[in-house]
Amino acid sequence: MAKTESTFKNMLLTLFLVTFIASGTLGFVYEFTKEPIRMVEINKKNEAIKDVFPGFTNEPYQESFKVAAGKDSLTFYPAKADGKLIGVAVETYTNKGFSGLITLMVGFKMDGTITSIKVLSHQETPGLGQKIERDKSNFETQFEGKNPATFKLMVKKDQGNVDAITASTISSRAYCDAVQRAYDGFEAEKEKLENEKN
Amino acid sequence: MEYILILISTVFVSNIVLTQFLGICPFIGVSNKVQTALGMTGAVTFVMVIATTVTYLLYTYLLVPLGIEFARTITFILVIAALVQLVEIILKKVSPSLYQALGIFLPLITTNCAVLGVAVLTIQKDNNLIESVFFSAGNALGFGLALILFSAIREQLELLNIPKAMKGVPIAFVTAGLLALAFMGFAGIVKM
Amino acid sequence: MNQWQNFSKGFLKENAVFVLFLGLCPTLGVTTSAVNGLGMGLATTFVLTMSNLVVSMVKNVVPDKVRIPAFIVIIATFVTVVELVMKGFLPDLYKALGLFIPLIVVNCIVLGRAEAFASKNTFLSSVIDGLGMGLGFALALTILGGVRELFGNGSLFGYKFISGDGMLLFILPPGAFLALGYLIMLMHKLKKRIY
Repeated sequence: MAKTESTFKNMLLTLFLVTFIASGTLGFVYEFTKEPIRMVEINKKNEAIKDVFPGFTNEPYQESFKVAAGKDSLTFYPAKADGKLIGVAVETYTNKGFSGLITLMVGFKMDGTITSIKVLSHQETPGLGQKIERDKSNFETQFEGKNPATFKLMVKKDQGNVDAITASTISSRAYCDAVQRAYDGFEAEKEKLENEKN
Repeated sequence: MEYILILISTVFVSNIVLTQFLGICPFIGVSNKVQTALGMTGAVTFVMVIATTVTYLLYTYLLVPLGIEFARTITFILVIAALVQLVEIILKKVSPSLYQALGIFLPLITTNCAVLGVAVLTIQKDNNLIESVFFSAGNALGFGLALILFSAIREQLELLNIPKAMKGVPIAFVTAGLLALAFMGFAGIVKM
Repeated sequence: MNQWQNFSKGFLKENAVFVLFLGLCPTLGVTTSAVNGLGMGLATTFVLTMSNLVVSMVKNVVPDKVRIPAFIVIIATFVTVVELVMKGFLPDLYKALGLFIPLIVVNCIVLGRAEAFASKNTFLSSVIDGLGMGLGFALALTILGGVRELFGNGSLFGYKFISGDGMLLFILPPGAFLALGYLIMLMHKLKKRIY
């Protein structure tokens, strides 16, 4: 290896040079990828909002705001058509999943009816809790068009109206917990949203 | 209480080797004698806890304020490499016999994915300093548990009549799979 | 050894996963599907080839005593480049590979080849070695990912053959160990036959 001697000066100089060039390269790549990375995040949210609440003409992401709820916070994305508020997409969470955190995007019409729900992230077991995803089972469809004021967001085992996923009661319960949290937040913010709607 | 939960969940529920797949190389390489497994565990625990603490502090108080989070990988691995060198020097002075026993495995801790993995994981989980210390200690213990259990089993396996094709590494992996299956029973115990 | 042998040794004779038992953490961790295995394999190939390239260029300039730290910085730089580019342009793969992307820097294959090969061989040999070992690694990961996906999900590269679930064990941690154990056995038999 060493055709260069391991003198203190040489070692110091080499390490300095290597680090300098490395930092320069990284700084450049970072600047180059900064915008795409930011856009990925925004696009992901916009897709989820479009998914649960199609038909808006505003920029929900721009008008979003966070509200503290429990250990974390909910994010509200107002959906407007031609300037009029038609509903809200609420990004919610629960820590009660079988494998921890589950995050959902729930679409609410202004009267509280759920449009649909999209799972944003989870670590539930494949084949079991993973069935909360819309393309893996019909679990989510039972929420569509229901209003939590009359449709009790708890699994039938807990005297609610929700049909749990077979052998995945914990994941199903956690899902309901997240939706309930979204609904409670929505009800609390509803007035503020309606007053701002013009 | 919360800290006890962190310990339980890292040692059993999300065991670093058997569920997260970190630290596999030494797991296969060091685990044929219980003695070496114990020595390795001690060294890894020492490095992992100190490394996680130092990298956490560096990340929170230097990288984030300066907005250079992307330098995380480089900084962390350099800290770990430096720490391992330090441990080598100290161990040589303080306990030459342990230094000899660990041999080549000591410098290999630098490339142990578990050490870098835990340092990164604790940031991802938004742990604070104290939680990070418990998190790293727990993971090191979990690593040790898996390693020691496994080496005890392997010592016994040596004495059995394994089909020639499966001898050595293949049967080791099948055993690890069964061990991982057993550990799956812990899932859901702690709601982290 | 001619350059063809240099390139092809990474595929079976000195396959990183099945023969040398290096880089096992990502092998078990990301192979829940063939695509993930392939993605990780290609990312690692990039880092391995680039770091071999740079190391073989600077091998006479870097003093012996600081070569390991210098190699680490070089490797870590390329890993961070991969991290950032994936985050911005391949977000789904980035999310799927998760923690294992930064862990490429401690993949024993990368530092191992830099130390054992690139620091002692010519530029061309080092690049070809990097490509061969890297692609061999990618092949191993894709095979393991494919097997696990096929048995565990009844699909291959996302294309489903059955409706419903497969043997879920294979996409869970124990399945990774089991599948790899049997694959190693099969690969050794294959190697014996060919060499």
